Order: sequence, then C-alpha cells, then structure tokens
Amino acid sequence: MLRLCIAVLGALLIVAPARAQTEVKSPTLDAVKKRGELICGIDTGIPGYAYQDSKGEWQGLDIAYCRAIADAIFGSPAKVKYIGVTSKVRFSVLQSGEIDVLIRDSEHTFIRNTQLGLDEPADNFYTAQTFMVRKSLGVAHTKDLNGATICLLTGTTLETNIADYNRANNIKINTLLFDKPEEAFAAADAGRCDGYTDDGGSVAAARSTMKQPGDWMFLPETIGGLQPLGSFTRMGDEAWTRLVKWVHYAMVAGEVFGVGKANIEQVKASTNDPDTRRLLGLEGDFGKLLGVDNNWGYRIIKDIGNYGEVYDATFGDKGGLGLPRGMNNLYSKGGLMFTPSWH
Amino acid sequence: MSEATAGQRLTVRRNFEPGTPGARIIEWTRRNLFGSALNTLLTILVLALAALILPPLIRWGVTQATLHGTTRADCTGDGACWTFIRVRLPLFFYGRYPPSDYWRVDLVAILLVACCVPVLRERMTHRWLWVILLLTLFPALAAVLLWGGIFGLDYVDTTLWGGLMLDFIVAFVTVAGSLPLGILLALGRRSQLPIVRTLSMGYIELWRGVPLLTVLFISAVLVPLFLPQGVSVDRLLRAMAALVLFNAAYMAEVVRGGLQGVDHGQEEAAHTLGLHWWHVQAFVVLPQALRIAVPGIINTVVDLFKDTTLVTIIGLFDLLGAVEQALKDPAWLGFAKEGYAFAALIFFVCCYAMSAYGRSMERRLSRDQ
Repeated sequence: MLRLCIAVLGALLIVAPARAQTEVKSPTLDAVKKRGELICGIDTGIPGYAYQDSKGEWQGLDIAYCRAIADAIFGSPAKVKYIGVTSKVRFSVLQSGEIDVLIRDSEHTFIRNTQLGLDEPADNFYTAQTFMVRKSLGVAHTKDLNGATICLLTGTTLETNIADYNRANNIKINTLLFDKPEEAFAAADAGRCDGYTDDGGSVAAARSTMKQPGDWMFLPETIGGLQPLGSFTRMGDEAWTRLVKWVHYAMVAGEVFGVGKANIEQVKASTNDPDTRRLLGLEGDFGKLLGVDNNWGYRIIKDIGNYGEVYDATFGDKGGLGLPRGMNNLYSKGGLMFTPSWH
Repeated sequence: MSEATAGQRLTVRRNFEPGTPGARIIEWTRRNLFGSALNTLLTILVLALAALILPPLIRWGVTQATLHGTTRADCTGDGACWTFIRVRLPLFFYGRYPPSDYWRVDLVAILLVACCVPVLRERMTHRWLWVILLLTLFPALAAVLLWGGIFGLDYVDTTLWGGLMLDFIVAFVTVAGSLPLGILLALGRRSQLPIVRTLSMGYIELWRGVPLLTVLFISAVLVPLFLPQGVSVDRLLRAMAALVLFNAAYMAEVVRGGLQGVDHGQEEAAHTLGLHWWHVQAFVVLPQALRIAVPGIINTVVDLFKDTTLVTIIGLFDLLGAVEQALKDPAWLGFAKEGYAFAALIFFVCCYAMSAYGRSMERRLSRDQ
C-alpha cells in the first residue's frame, strides 16, 4: 500500500510540471469564456478593414480576425460584440479592459509597445503610400510620374514623402491638396489631377468611387516607410496574446499549406502533411496548448477562410476594392506574409 | 423682419379695401417684397440666387435621380442615387437592431406618441397624470421592449441599437433626466441655505465650463478605468448619464431665468398664506417660471437633440453615425452627398417640428396671460 502511494506520488510529481506547462492561465480568456462572447474593438468604419454592409452586418479584414478568434474559442464566429473605437480613444479603451482585443487598422509602433504597455501579437496588413493613376497617362512606375499632378489629403506624411521622393530622384511630382477624402476623390475623377495617393487600402477605396474604376491602375512601387497594421492586446496576459497571434498564423498557414474554405474537408480526409494535420487538429495538442480545443484551426479555415481568401473578400476583387496583394502576399510570392513552423 | 412689418401690416389691414384674391396677392407682394428700393433689390437678388441654385438642385435631387434598383450599378443617371438611401433605410432608422424585432421599436414609438400627445395637447384635463405616465411607465415599458431578455423577448445588446431610434432614445432620456435635475439645481441656486446654494452653483459652473466632447470622452474612456475590475457599465448608459448631467446645468440656467421673471411678491404672498416652501415653489413659483422658460427649454431641447449625434465619437452609431458608416461600404463608396443630404433632411424635420410646437405653445401661453 505504502509502495503504491509512493508510486502514485512519484508519478504525480513527474506529471505535475508537465501539466503545469499545458495548463493555460489567461485572465482575459477566462473572462471571455465566462461572458460567452468576445468583445472586439474595431474601427468605426473604413473600407476594407471594417464596415457595415447594407444589411448592417460588419464586414472586413479586421472583422474576419474578430470572428476567427471567437470561432477558435467558442466554435462560433458569431459570438463577437463589436465596439467601434475612434483613433483617439482606441488604446485607452483597450487598457481599461472594456475590450478584449483591438483590431483596428492600427500601426504597430515602438511607443505603443513600450510606453503604452500593449502587446502587438501579429501584423495582419502591410501598407505604405501607394499611387493610383489614370491608365491613359501611360505610366507604369512611380519614377515616371515626373511632371504629373497627384491629388492627396493635406496634413499627413503623404506630402513630405512625395517631396523627399522628388528630391531623391531629382524629379517633380506636382501635388494638389485637399482636406476631405470626398473632395479629393471628386477632383481626381473630374480630371483635375492625373493620380491619387494615400495608403494602399485608402487608394483602393478611392478607386472604387471613380465613375470608371477600370480607367485607373495602381503603381507597383510604394514610397515612405512600411506601415505594419495589426492586433493589440493588453500586456501581462501572454496566453491571450499567444492565442491572438496564432489565430493569425493559422489563417496564413492555411494559405501556405494550400488549405482553404473550398477544399478543407477533402484535405482533412486525405492529408499526410504533418504541419497541415497539426493545423487541422488531426495530430498533437495544438489547441489545448492555446487554451482552446484542438479543432480550432479547422474551424477557422472552414468558417472564415485562410488569409488569402479573407483578403480577396475584403480588399481583393471580391470585396470590390481590387487592391493587388503586393506586400500582403505570401513570402513565397514576393510578399511579407509567413507563418512560423507548426511543430 | 416679421416684427418690423407687424406694425405696418396693422395699418395695411386697416386701410385695405377688400378686393378679389388676386388683387390681394398683388397688393401683398407689392407691399412686402417691393415696398422700398432696398426691398426690391433684395427680392431680385434672392430670386436670382434661387434661379441659380434651384434648377441644378432639382435636376440632381429629383429629375435625374435614381430611386429604383438594389445595387450601385442601378445608379446610372447623373443625379443623386437615392437607391443608396433606400437600400439602407432600415439601418438609418433602427441601426443594427435585429430586423425580426423591429416591431418592438415601432411599438415603443407608438407608445411614445400616445403618451406625448395628451401631454402636449392644448387644454388637456389631468395633464399631470400623463406627464407622470410619460416619465415612469413609458420608460419602464420602453426599456423592457428595447432591451428584452424577459417575458420571452430576445435580449438585444445596446451595441446593436442605432440610427434615428438611438437619437430619440438618447434625447428622451436626456430631457427626462436633465429637466427635473435642472429645476432642482435652479431652485438650489436661489436657495437661502449656503451649502445648497454653493453646491448648486459649483455643479452648474463645473459642467458649463467643460466642453460636451470632453464629458463624452471621460464617460467613454476614463470611467471604465475607475471602475473595479470586472465591473462594466454599458457605454450607452454612460453616455446618457454624461448627457443628462451636462444638460442639467444648462436647463438649470434656463429655469433660473424663468424663476427670476416671477415677481417676488408672488412668493411673499404665498408665504403669508402659510404655505410650506416646497408648496410655494411647486404651486406658485414654478408654474409661472416654467411658462416664461418655455422658449429657452425648447431651445435647449433642440440643441441637445442635435448633440445626440456626438455619440458617434465614442463608437455609437446614431443616424449620422449610420450614414457615415454606410459611406464606408466598398459596395457603395462615393455617395457622401446623398447620405448627408438625407441626414440633414431628417434632422431638419425633427428640429423644425420641435420649434414649431414651441412657437405655438408660446403663442398659447401669451394668449392665456
């Protein structure tokens, strides 16, 4: 009997540390589970990232991430409460605990990470200053814009970027400044300028307001610095940050591994690829280690789609914006999107 | 201008020989529009301006506008694309409230009208009974209907409330909360008790000295930081509380203006009859003071109704918020003009109705005196 007790105790001692590692302790995740819904801080309205369709349903790239996190936790992408936050209050609302995660086309920066005490789990969209020009202008690259006039919004780094670019390349791109996007769109459409510039997503939005969007094209180059946009979580809850991070990687991994909404059942039934099997919960405890069940990756791909599919439906042709993938393409196709290894 | 011509019109009427309606119109036009060289010039200028603005406006808004269809591709004309408004109309009125539960909002609207009509109508007996109904039973019923969660009604979170409905809810709560609070503050400010007087004055000066935007930001951002972990108050409730507290200060000043307009003798006379202070205020001073304060109160109400659009800055989508939201839908980008014109029209109709009622009430009150 004594020997049995010692054996059991010994076994517990050996198992205990291993268990302690798999036990996910996250106050945010616990609160979300108890509440029964995720509270997602989103933009109050911006094409591509977060907007309401004509039925009042939230759509967009950031929304897809909110839905994916809820899907991983609850098995239902609908269990999200959206709180629209303006750029002024977004971080304080996150810090106050009113929202669980902020996914609001917000740039990942040094100060936000350090001084504001926020974690930056994953970049979900890379953008930079992009140009859109009339096809009839016959320009294929930014450096050919010498002498052209570009409409843009005033009071941003867009102007200084162009001035710097002019100086560096010894050319002259003329600018026509506006206060409101609508005015600038109208001026471009009316032919007062040859092109329009803003960050990639906004330029795509501008193009879709033109009378003949097909007459306009995006130039492949961008100027100014790269702006990585993505999710934010409160610091001090690593397990929660991890979940948010790996939800993003699961979506990218889906595209990398060639699993999407359309073929998921087929892949799940037949795949022998270890990485894919782990993503879809056929092997390993990859969900449990994050504090959700092992089918989380499968559900995300099935209900939301992989990153490429989400991009197509929001910024791509299906979303009506027609913005080329560019930097948001997979690393294997010249973009910046990648996933860490799944083992 | 209306006051200036009022005197003239009296003399006109006295000297006027009744003629045919046509002659009367010509006479009215001659006197009012072409009475002097300046008036003639102004009339011609206004007509010229109208001729300049109206035809393109009508062409844009009516003759070349599109109303049919369901997608952007249907808007082929050069004019406005009202299809955009039509497709989104439920969103502009109900926000993201579940469509199958629209009847709940409709029912609340009907109840509101049913309670308001007796309160606002002329010479209503037992008006006070209706006022109490409007301030107690109606809000309780409306809260049950809109929120749900009991009596088999589905729970509808306030994040789904929006559109014009939200403007009305916020405006109603703000008026219903700030007017009584404002009256108390106004009485407090005139009180003989130094502590009550100082507190009331401090309150009024504090809230009047802070911009509304700041107050809303504090309610949205700072209040959750002060609350203990795990406790959260709905952000719509926080915003409404902020609006009530803020507008109470303005209401107090408007009511105080009315109180000062009541002759001091009234109060003294009531005191000599042996009435208690509260009775003096409630039955002698306030009825007269509120009558004087009506234009100011209506003015404040119109003002705060428009201020309800400010809730968009803290992420609540009222009518204006819903319109701005609609402008961001990639399927419907580029219809800002239509969206803002629609919002402006709705707000104008609502505010004009309020001020028209206010004017008729003023006329009635001055006639009664």
